[in-house]
Amino acid sequence: MAEIKKVATRESYGNALKALGAEFDNLVVLDADLAGATKTGTFKKAFPERHFDCGIAEANMICMAAGMSTAGLVPFASSFAMFAAGRAFEQVRNSIGYPHLNVKIGATHGGISVGEDGASHQCCEDFALMRSIPGMVVMSPADDVEAQAMVRAAYLHQGPVYMRFGRAAVPVIHEEGMKFEIGKGEVLKEGTDVAIIANGLMVNEALVAAEELKEDGINAMVINMATIKPLDEELVLAAAKKCGKVITCEEHSVIGGLGEAVCAVLAEKCPTPVKRIGVNDEFGHSGPAAALLKQFGLCSENVVKVAKEFCK
Amino acid sequence: MTSSEKKQLQITACKVRMGVIESTYGAKAGHPGGSLSAAEVYTYLYFKEMNIDPKNPKWEDRDRFVLSKGHTTPGLYSVLANRGFFPVEDLPTFRHIDSYLQGHPNMNMVPGVDMSTGSLGQGISVATGMALAAKHTGKTNRVYALLGDGEIQEGQVWEACMAAAHYKLDNFCIIVDNNGLQIDGNIADVMSPYPIVDKLVAFGFETVEVDGHDFDALEAAFNKARQTKGKPFAIVMKTIKGKDVSFMENDAGWHGKAPNDAEYAQAMTELKAKLAELEA
Repeated sequence: MAEIKKVATRESYGNALKALGAEFDNLVVLDADLAGATKTGTFKKAFPERHFDCGIAEANMICMAAGMSTAGLVPFASSFAMFAAGRAFEQVRNSIGYPHLNVKIGATHGGISVGEDGASHQCCEDFALMRSIPGMVVMSPADDVEAQAMVRAAYLHQGPVYMRFGRAAVPVIHEEGMKFEIGKGEVLKEGTDVAIIANGLMVNEALVAAEELKEDGINAMVINMATIKPLDEELVLAAAKKCGKVITCEEHSVIGGLGEAVCAVLAEKCPTPVKRIGVNDEFGHSGPAAALLKQFGLCSENVVKVAKEFCK
Repeated sequence: MTSSEKKQLQITACKVRMGVIESTYGAKAGHPGGSLSAAEVYTYLYFKEMNIDPKNPKWEDRDRFVLSKGHTTPGLYSVLANRGFFPVEDLPTFRHIDSYLQGHPNMNMVPGVDMSTGSLGQGISVATGMALAAKHTGKTNRVYALLGDGEIQEGQVWEACMAAAHYKLDNFCIIVDNNGLQIDGNIADVMSPYPIVDKLVAFGFETVEVDGHDFDALEAAFNKARQTKGKPFAIVMKTIKGKDVSFMENDAGWHGKAPNDAEYAQAMTELKAKLAELEA
């Protein structure tokens, strides 16, 4: 069996910034003493004069990015999801969201796949926090190819964008040169029995699960919903109407993320039974990423289990 | 500056104060105390110091002003209106539903407002980013930020100060309005930020302390700021909260309260008398 290529989407973020930096002079990167971990160091190496380290001061970094954007620069402010979306929430809300400034937030180390660092660094609340800000685009890519395309789309988008990238290497499932559009979901596999709507590293798990479900006679549809906000409501509704059952999968709390966004649309426009797979209102803990994902049910085995029970 | 120029600035500052009273009275809310304490510096910045064009408020090369102590927006709106960014007659619509004069500054609604502020500690960081961007893009415009002395209790202020000094932002000047009072009382009693000057010096700012109601002193300070190279500049101005409205002076109760009918009448009588004296 051919080895499946695996890349952490934080690597993709750094590489995409470097590529875009060569193309666009007004792209600048801000970082809070994490250039190595967030991979903005890749950009820094190529364009040191456009990389601004703000030290361990995320609140200030977010607001400095806001100020720089008012002068026509396009800042990508980077940190771990916990600090970019969590610690600096109010700065993002008031200094970027409210004035609708053209700042891009690149948040790495989202979710429990952060692994050994444990709960203090495993941010499972960032989608919820960022979704609540009017005008904010919130996205989480499935793999390397999509992540790089997403960073480009974020640069070209006028307005604030939050992107969450992962620490752990994940299989590359997209072909090079994919077209990425903000706010558009992607049907990766057609199906009729249950629609699995996933994002981030759960997209691959959903695809693996769909293959296994075939053996049980369940024909699952798989949708990659990389943009959590604005949500592709049209696709959610079409999938719900076609399959009559929806499972959402995300490396995020079941509170406030993709699952709740999908539920909100369905409850109002097409009531449909939904099962949410995510972190069940609890904190993570230390351990290897793969083991944690299994333990928390963020794995194809659990998607299969939930789908089989759901389709009984 | 010439004595006639100074007199003109004093007249303008008095009109700025009248606008503060008009807007907070019209709103039946707002923050007159810290707006009145900063009337001279607002006036000096917008009528003398800053390179701006009221007819072209988004002019790319303009100097920038960030009201980090965003709650004293009655002072900012009044000086912008008096400078011709929008009609003075609109000031009483401050805080009214559907008025463009929001309770705290909104850069997308009010001509001349360079940044939306209100949450303390954030404006100085935004201004630091503006100054860094100007340096990075080779622009010669300057950036100013006005902070409250209570505001500097916010930790983020010091993150910004560290960054401004680190990046040697000599196009950046902060002004701390040291009127000594915050909502809960005397700043020294609530949570002392003193010694303010020593702290700013330690953080890498060239710092002067001035009488914030003295235009000569302000002129000397801003001139020194422009001549200072290699580091950011801080002006700590000693002021009187509620200045020139007798019953508001040095009273923390006037931090965020609007005058009633009788208080409005008295305040305007006092300011009109002051204006008449200056214009005599």
